[in-house]
Amino acid sequence: MNRAEMHRTDRRCARAALAAGLAVGLSASTAAARPPAARWEPPRRLAETGLYSDAARHVVSPGVLPYEPQYPLWTDGARKRRWIRLPPGAFIDGSDPDGWVFPVGTRLWKEFAWGRRVETRYMELGRDWVWHFATYVWNEDQSDATLAPERGLVAAHEFRSGVWHDVPGRADCLTCHEGGRARVLGFNALQLSPDRDPGAPGAATPTPAAVDLRRLAEMGLVRGLPPAALEHPPRIEAPTARARAALGYLQANCGVCHNSSGPLSSLGLSLEYPLATRSTAPPPAVETTVGRASRFRLPAAGGEDGLRIAPGDPERSVLLRRMVSRNPIVQMPPLGTHAVDEQAAALVSEWIRLDLVPGRSSATQLTRKEEGR
Amino acid sequence: MKRIPKWIALGGAGFLAAFSSPAAAGNERQVARGKYLVTAMGCNDCHTPLKMGPRGPEPDMSRMLSGHPQELVMPPAPKLPEGPWAFVVGGTMTAWSGPWGVSFSANLTPDRETGLGTWTVQNFIEALRTGRHMGRGRPILPPMPYQMISTLTDADLQAVFGYLKTIPPIRNQVPSPVPPAEVPTARAQ
Repeated sequence: MNRAEMHRTDRRCARAALAAGLAVGLSASTAAARPPAARWEPPRRLAETGLYSDAARHVVSPGVLPYEPQYPLWTDGARKRRWIRLPPGAFIDGSDPDGWVFPVGTRLWKEFAWGRRVETRYMELGRDWVWHFATYVWNEDQSDATLAPERGLVAAHEFRSGVWHDVPGRADCLTCHEGGRARVLGFNALQLSPDRDPGAPGAATPTPAAVDLRRLAEMGLVRGLPPAALEHPPRIEAPTARARAALGYLQANCGVCHNSSGPLSSLGLSLEYPLATRSTAPPPAVETTVGRASRFRLPAAGGEDGLRIAPGDPERSVLLRRMVSRNPIVQMPPLGTHAVDEQAAALVSEWIRLDLVPGRSSATQLTRKEEGR
Repeated sequence: MKRIPKWIALGGAGFLAAFSSPAAAGNERQVARGKYLVTAMGCNDCHTPLKMGPRGPEPDMSRMLSGHPQELVMPPAPKLPEGPWAFVVGGTMTAWSGPWGVSFSANLTPDRETGLGTWTVQNFIEALRTGRHMGRGRPILPPMPYQMISTLTDADLQAVFGYLKTIPPIRNQVPSPVPPAEVPTARAQ
């Protein structure tokens, strides 16, 4: 390269470098000046979301598929029905078992009923790749469901004498749905595994029409699954059936916020069950809880330091104590429920008492098969 | 001496001029803005404990914004007689008893174990927007006026958090709140 060519090259590089430097440096300030994205306006009525082909008779539209997660979220004993609809020709990228990528236009619905329909929650992936949330409240004669206020609806339904269900506001939706990597919480490889956990608290038997992982793959609606996902469907590996069910319950009901990737990751408390990084070591729900100090002081303990899980001792385990409280300051989960999940509390209590061994480190818990326990 | 190629020098200058210096200056402005907001909004009123000085109670600035002192174990709050009096507050202004239970002012210093040291700006903003601990947990209790603070812009909340990250960390484990059902009550004398 002669001197003139070097000079030209220098000038080109200089322009590129300056442009890059300025672009990077200015991006922060211009970002602030960008106009906000157009506000999503949810349909005013559930019937306008595309769930039903005949709303008056609650006939679900063709292409709207029912599904049944194996570890359901506890919502005070509500009977739930769930559906998903993908745009025609679209599919889910299932190559990451912990982070399915949904196509733009995906819609999901979840209906909550206590004897009668009370609310149906709706989420939709917009063209801007932002998930939008809305909730519809059913009228008394069950003929229609209309959009709930953005702040939700307190005391919307008395599901038990003196105990009322609150319809969540939009911020409440985001509390859980933005608590980790996945925005869709009950529709993933583990939840839809055909190798269902018979001990899962509150689980319903899927209807024949309900889609699971295998069916979704056959229909081409989930693609890119690791081959092993169908040969050996995902399941929680645990030495006992009780441990499997407890870990499953915790990942579905607690792990959506308490995980290693979301806004609360700094707590160092992870109750998720990641499929991609599984090893023979105890799962995070054991590793980050057993024998670990809790920052939360239980009032009844006189403010003494407690353990998240005291192996063999449910009474001293802050995790369980908060599960069985419905005092707003103490309870876990902190929203979405006003009644204790007694079945799950008994399961987790027994798991702590019988499966977790006092004196063992968290790293050596749940590593042996203990038949008959 | 070997010359630095012009494109490297110009590119570096571009980065320095467009990114580093304004960022540093912007950071200073942000911290100053945060200090102004924290001071003007009265955060110290409850988050810096009062001590008794020669002219009466005054903020103990050696404990600036570190919340209710951990060594000050509060006895049960006196039970108030029926009537319009509803709340009781400790002399430090960091412990409050009312219908919600007993609440203690939080440690806002950047101490990693007991303060906001491990919080992210997202945790901070979401907490003040939602009124929930870390934006997801238990309700933030009275008398914390999060409803008023939630009206600040994101930029102002970022400034407040940016300033709080610069103050001296103080190790002080504030007690957890006490729910009403658990409050042991003492009879008024």
